[in-house]
Amino acid sequence: MASLTDKALAGDPRAVARLISMAENRDEGLDSLMKELYLAPSAGKAWVVGVTGSPGAGKSTLTDKLIEQLRAKGERVGVLAVDPSSPYTGGAILADRLRMQRHTDDSGVFIRSLAARGSLGGLSRGTREGVLILDACGFDVIIIETVGVGQSEIDIMRVADSVCVVLVPGLGDDVQAMKAGIMEIADLFVVNKADKQGADRLVNEVRAVLEFLQNKDWVPTIDRTVAETGDGVPSLVENLERHREYAKARGRERERARMRARIEDIIVDRLSLQASKLLEAKEAEILPAVMDRKLDPYSAADMILAE
Amino acid sequence: MSDEKFKEAKARYESAVNKGLEKRPERCKTFSTGGGIPIERLYDPDSAAHRDYTESVGFPGYYPFTRGVQSTMYRGRFWTMRQYAGFSTAEDTNARYRYLLEQGTTGLSVAFDLPTQIGYDTDHPMAAGECGKVGVAIDSLADMEILFDKIALDKVTTSMTINAPAAILLAMYIAVGEKQGIPAEKLGGTIQNDILKEYIARGTYIFPPAPSLRLITDIFDFCGKNVPEWNTISISGYHIREAGSTAVQEVAFTLADGIAYVQAAKDKGLDPNKFGRRLSFFFNAHNGVLEEVAKYRAARRLWAHIMKDRFGVTDPTAQMLRFHTQTAGCTLTAQQPENNVIRVTLQTLAAVLGGTQSLHTNSKDEALALPSEKSVEVALRTQQIVAYESGVTNTVDPLAGSYVVEALTDQIEAGAAEYIKKIDELGGMLAAIEKGYPQKNIQDAAYDYQKSIESGDIVVVGVNKFQTNEDDAAGMKLLRVDSSVGDRQIAKLKKLRETRGDAWKSRLDDVRKAARDEHTNLVPVILDAVRVYATEGEICGVLREEFGEYKENIVL
Amino acid sequence: MPDKKIRIVVAKPGLDGHDRGAKVIARALRDAGMEVIYTGLRQTPEQIVTTAIQEDADGIGISILSGAHEFYFRRIIELLKEKNASDVIVFGGGVIPEQDVPALLKMGAGAIFGPGTSTVTAVDWIKKAVSEKDAVKA
Repeated sequence: MASLTDKALAGDPRAVARLISMAENRDEGLDSLMKELYLAPSAGKAWVVGVTGSPGAGKSTLTDKLIEQLRAKGERVGVLAVDPSSPYTGGAILADRLRMQRHTDDSGVFIRSLAARGSLGGLSRGTREGVLILDACGFDVIIIETVGVGQSEIDIMRVADSVCVVLVPGLGDDVQAMKAGIMEIADLFVVNKADKQGADRLVNEVRAVLEFLQNKDWVPTIDRTVAETGDGVPSLVENLERHREYAKARGRERERARMRARIEDIIVDRLSLQASKLLEAKEAEILPAVMDRKLDPYSAADMILAE
Repeated sequence: MSDEKFKEAKARYESAVNKGLEKRPERCKTFSTGGGIPIERLYDPDSAAHRDYTESVGFPGYYPFTRGVQSTMYRGRFWTMRQYAGFSTAEDTNARYRYLLEQGTTGLSVAFDLPTQIGYDTDHPMAAGECGKVGVAIDSLADMEILFDKIALDKVTTSMTINAPAAILLAMYIAVGEKQGIPAEKLGGTIQNDILKEYIARGTYIFPPAPSLRLITDIFDFCGKNVPEWNTISISGYHIREAGSTAVQEVAFTLADGIAYVQAAKDKGLDPNKFGRRLSFFFNAHNGVLEEVAKYRAARRLWAHIMKDRFGVTDPTAQMLRFHTQTAGCTLTAQQPENNVIRVTLQTLAAVLGGTQSLHTNSKDEALALPSEKSVEVALRTQQIVAYESGVTNTVDPLAGSYVVEALTDQIEAGAAEYIKKIDELGGMLAAIEKGYPQKNIQDAAYDYQKSIESGDIVVVGVNKFQTNEDDAAGMKLLRVDSSVGDRQIAKLKKLRETRGDAWKSRLDDVRKAARDEHTNLVPVILDAVRVYATEGEICGVLREEFGEYKENIVL
Repeated sequence: MPDKKIRIVVAKPGLDGHDRGAKVIARALRDAGMEVIYTGLRQTPEQIVTTAIQEDADGIGISILSGAHEFYFRRIIELLKEKNASDVIVFGGGVIPEQDVPALLKMGAGAIFGPGTSTVTAVDWIKKAVSEKDAVKA
């Protein structure tokens, strides 16, 4: 019987989906499978596009239109749509793909919804490994759709080659008020719902901020779109393609930083898993002493690590 | 009321109650309506002291119409008993209509199947499995001719639950009238034609908001000139309530939809004093009799204020809120279905005490399947018993002046006005729908209701209390529409396509041209197309290409 | 598995627009800690099955009030078989007469939750069915 990775590499969508679940579930068997995938001849070719912005900015609709355009160019498209998990129950309602459902009839498109699962705004493990899995399994473009809050802004830079920040008028997306972070990660700005009042002002505000970035070798573009109708999307795709070329030419410098970050992530993941296990094993013995203030937590940590 | 005797009596009562409560506490700490409005132990003259009767209650047939839109109400004539019906093919439904008319129904109400409601012909892949299930399948004028065979259109009024493709079905009805020799100006009836609540609660939308509103206002304009007796829209709270809203939300979101339509028609240059007369409404009737009665009264008063103050309407007929009512499908239980007859009776009473202009009563088996002929008969009899035997129809607005009903009327009106204010702040109903505001409110209310049933805070007899182990539906004869109906309908459609000639092609081109020009009224062009048997799916197909399709907005 | 979550696709097949039940169950499953993939209205059986596969869902919950349940259950279950995904649990609710339930179960539906079913009943059933399914796989 073919292994899960063989099946996934051969394009079996069930196997691809299962691998992503293993990543999400932090399945212990995953690492060895990921090793195979990383070294597969098909791996390392995908172009990773991040689409980030406030809830209600129209990211899913925009992604739907991007898929359409990219498919017309013959690209195979994978989408990872990330939504928050409920901090209380751990559950989630994932409804981003609702706007992209017409593409489910197209075998050249693979859409996967991911819940953030306690990754506190950062990219979940499912997302990070999901990119690798879809890449190895032959998807030419991978779109990560994520709400731009907290840590994920920085995380998305570590994973995506091109980052689109989607803004809309009238959602309080006041550029002045926006955290510096989100402005700095953008390779492309999209002012969506550009038929709404306030779009011009928003474009001007973004432009004003970009004045300060003139010395960069890539000046972020600004596109006006109406994702609902598709207006402005072709121009956005052109700019994306230009950035794709730019990113390719950017050379090994960013790649190096990124790989370093990935290794760091893997180490941290493993250490944290190990830490949980160590703690679990010693917990019953040590915790009461700390709670009774007979032992300080620092010495407790020393004792556990000494194992 | 400052009367000393009254004060003394009230004080005596209150102190006795307070003493008694220690020994015999009440069933609940607090009481409220199904929609969460707090209900006091007692309403008395004090709760009415602030109210100016003429201003806020007034007389039936006069502004603000709290007590009804006609001066003699059911002393003149009863409401129209209008049973919503339709299933399978036009032939089968025609037979049901003729049966209902024989049984004393006074108006027809057409239920269309889902492909018809969403503008697909029966042979479209998306229509697979759906033909004739929830209503009758109408693909072309040929089906419509069969549907009204041997029913003189000048002798009945017909209500059609059709929204996105309303213009097409209206055109077919007019064309059937022409074939019967009845001119359009003699036709009476209603099309639902209310797209906003489809976006909010019912889901049978096709086109995006802007072209949808254009179709609606084209119909207002066309009917104003050509079908003057036709109710051009039935602005519906029914489905909003079925989707889980409270009574206050039902009023608020329905009237907010109404505001959006009136505004759109005004923006097109139509006179609200004129088209305002042909607007009609459609509400739900739940078991909570007092809250429901107050709801209808509040809705009438609030709408009159809106038309007068917001839109400057001076014609009293255009200030009136006339409405159809349907009993609440969502209150019917699959468990112990016989109990549903009693629920429907309460709901009927509420609608009648609230002054409805027409009424559909649900059948007891609707939580199980489409209603059977027998259960439809009982549902109709329920209306007839309330009309002829209960006596509540012999005086106008019998509950007026009831301290609690007047208080609830005020509270529902105020609560609804609050929501409407919020919707105005969001930029109107279209903007609010885009932001998911009404949808979110309705879903929250629906989820809270479900949780309350599961916790036992709300009792539903036979479901979470007083259950039995009997096979509930045993012995009930349910109506079934088998899949051969679809095959037959497709065969009929195929034959039509072969025999209808070619005239429809250029008429479809005309529809496309009209769609592209905002200043052309689409209705006459559509009428020309249906006359030569262009199908509903073909016309909607052209409009889909020109207008695009709506995508639902989910806020969960 | 340290972080396994139950994943359920909640779908409205066909043209029926009544989504109160689908939305209530979606929320209830989320509140029970599950991940719910909500596809919205007017889904074809093909779309629903592809979604379940791409999402690696444990189950598909469908809600039908239009009377077309037999058609949609049959097609969805067939498609799952064709795509080697018969282990995906299929359950549903809506206006489905008691008399039709045995036929749907025979077709391969796991459970039909009629009107008046408590969300707790549905949640418990799903948890049990998923754990049995996972036990078979392991």
